Amino acid sequence: MSTETQTVKKTTTSKKVNISGAEAVIKCLLEEGVDLIYGYPGGAIMPVYDELYKYQDQLQHVLTRHEQGATHSAQGYARVTGKVGVAIATSGPGATNLVTGIADAQIDSTPMVCITGQVAKHLLGSDAFQETDIIGISMPVTKWNYQITKASEIPEIMAKAFYIARSGRPGPVLIDITKNAQFDKFDFDYKKCTSVRSYKATPEVKEYALNAAAEIINNAKKPMIVFGQGVILGKAEAEFKAFIEKAGIPSAWTILGLSALPTDHPLNVGMVGMHGNYGPNKLTNECDALIAIGMRFDDRVTGDLNTYAKQAKIVHFEIDPAEVDKNVKTDVAVLGDVKETLAKILPKIDKNSYPDWMEEFKEHMTIEFNKVIKNDLHPEKDGLTMAEVIKEINEASKGNAIIVSDVGQHQMIACRYAKFNQSKSNVTSGGLGTMGFALPAAIGAKMGQPDREVVAIIGDGSYQMTIQELGTIYQTKVPVKIVVLNNEFLGMVRQWQQLFFDKRYASTEMVNPDFVTIAKGYHMEAERVSKRENLATAVQKMMDSKDAYFLEVCVEKEDNVFPMIPSGASVSDIRLS
Amino acid sequence: MEDIQKFTFSVYTENNIGILNRLSAIFLKRHINIESMTVSKSEIEDVHRFTFVVNITKSQADKLIGQLEKQIEVIKAYSHTEDEIIYQETALFKISSKHLYDEDIQSRLKFRRANIVAITPNYFVIEATGLKDEIDNMHDKLKPYGLLQFVRSGRIAISRSKMAISELLHEFN
Ligand SMILES: Cc1ncc(C[n+]2csc(CCOP(=O)(O)OP(=O)(O)O)c2C)c(N)n1
Repeated sequence: MSTETQTVKKTTTSKKVNISGAEAVIKCLLEEGVDLIYGYPGGAIMPVYDELYKYQDQLQHVLTRHEQGATHSAQGYARVTGKVGVAIATSGPGATNLVTGIADAQIDSTPMVCITGQVAKHLLGSDAFQETDIIGISMPVTKWNYQITKASEIPEIMAKAFYIARSGRPGPVLIDITKNAQFDKFDFDYKKCTSVRSYKATPEVKEYALNAAAEIINNAKKPMIVFGQGVILGKAEAEFKAFIEKAGIPSAWTILGLSALPTDHPLNVGMVGMHGNYGPNKLTNECDALIAIGMRFDDRVTGDLNTYAKQAKIVHFEIDPAEVDKNVKTDVAVLGDVKETLAKILPKIDKNSYPDWMEEFKEHMTIEFNKVIKNDLHPEKDGLTMAEVIKEINEASKGNAIIVSDVGQHQMIACRYAKFNQSKSNVTSGGLGTMGFALPAAIGAKMGQPDREVVAIIGDGSYQMTIQELGTIYQTKVPVKIVVLNNEFLGMVRQWQQLFFDKRYASTEMVNPDFVTIAKGYHMEAERVSKRENLATAVQKMMDSKDAYFLEVCVEKEDNVFPMIPSGASVSDIRLS
Repeated sequence: MEDIQKFTFSVYTENNIGILNRLSAIFLKRHINIESMTVSKSEIEDVHRFTFVVNITKSQADKLIGQLEKQIEVIKAYSHTEDEIIYQETALFKISSKHLYDEDIQSRLKFRRANIVAITPNYFVIEATGLKDEIDNMHDKLKPYGLLQFVRSGRIAISRSKMAISELLHEFN
């Protein structure tokens, strides 16, 4: 279809050269400022790999051990840098292996461009060798996708892909390129995309919405903020902090909002959601104004919608109009990029503080501390708890590390107990809950922020979903720190079985290999700890290492994560045991 | 509980391959059955218009608009209740020629906006255009003659009030 030409506005121009489609792909990546991509080769993408060989001094390609690893690495890179992550794969199985990571990026709004090879145009639809309809398969899990069948389409579509991936509410874009389009030559000419006719990246900020929101905020007696990843994606940490400090409002975070506000900020009152803190969950149903900022009222956050914050006026700061009133009906929706809306509302907000109301959060925290946190951090039993490990990492890192967590109990514990001083430090699979995320994501995070310490916290189950990425670590020498919290169970599922399925532990017990030997097999320094007295030294040794390092901590087999809102229950029914 | 009612969606899109899949997936994902669908060119060059008819609640309709407009290639989506639009459907009825001179069939054709659009020695074809009920009615009337074939189109609809789509596109260019 030729309409692409008419629908994209153009700006900067470079000079024309006659090159192959494959070379054009590389040049487009360079034009977009990409210097690192993750991928796995195969027949249908070989022309591009051939060009990568030529351009290796400008564009580093990291060979992951599985295409899923490539997507998660690209996500990890994107999450800590705020830039677009890039993953590349061949057609058929290579392309389908990307799907989990793409779906993960879609639901967590991670900017990513995936490039897949495809059979030649004349073979499309013929069930040719390694042909799959990746456009059809990835359609529901991409922000946008497109199949390129002519070399000359490459610059325009690539420019559009990057623009769509990173603008507005970010997300993954997949570009499928037929083999003939990679071979064919054409006059290359690159223009960055700055707008697309049918796509409005960021809604216009409405003055009346700002005024209406300010009125609710200024008149509230017990206001509460719940912030999400929108603050981080919008690079609005400073605006956010200025806003809450002036308004004096207690602020709680979703797991993807974590690290946007330093842990020890006096207005930080903890995490909401299924395994969030007692106070912010309980008080959601007592506040008189709930101000949601860059979060989307996920069901893991709200629990039963019929009993969620019914007493409160709801103000929603949101970039994606489709999220407004989707789950929770708002009184005022402030559409727009939070960097802009928060800055614009600031002068309309009265300087305020709510000491009595803050005191209620503190009282709840004391209850939670006595019933849960004390036992997690200072256990009396012999077995190590997951929380103690996080505490040691906090001490060794002084809150400066990037923590990448996988999915399960260890993830909830990591998010609950990890301490952060700076934004973009918490990388986890929130919306999709993808086991196997952390190891490859940690590779991407460390490559994106080489000067920062990156520690992956992984369960024994999740680790084995992408354990082959140890090979990527060995080959690239990327110095990530890997901590496997081994409870010999698919712990989170076991917890549900214990609480809701009469302790029938169906297929959740894991007979595990010797993880230390495996790490050593990949030439990585490795240690196993199972005694409390050795934990601190082991963690310190790991943190001191200049190289990649593997630490297995044998933790209590049947510990549970509390507090907990049973799925579908009200946030008021949060359980402490 | 909110009432379920008939909504007609007018969705203006870029004329790109695959857009139908994206749009229908939005209904599929929410388990909403599409009663009828029509795609055509619109009044604007290179812009296509999809018309979907679905039975849903008002709040479902509002959410659908958000999800439809979220698609990159969707320029604008509108939802209308029945009284907000003027709409038509078309049906074709193929009937054996032996009934062509039946008195009663002739009289039945008269009271509806129906025309004979083809006649052959074996069969004749009646075309009828109207509201859904009118077509249903016509179908019931003609059924006794033994329909050799029956086909009906999706709905096409025009809004009573103005849709500011052209201005929107103008702004961009
Ligand atoms: C790919 C995938 N499969 C299954 C699940 C369901 N699931 C959620 S948590 C979990 C257990 C995780 O076990 P482990 O990694 O050992 O962590 P733990 O809960 O023990 O800390 C499972 C199976 C999932 N989230 N992702």
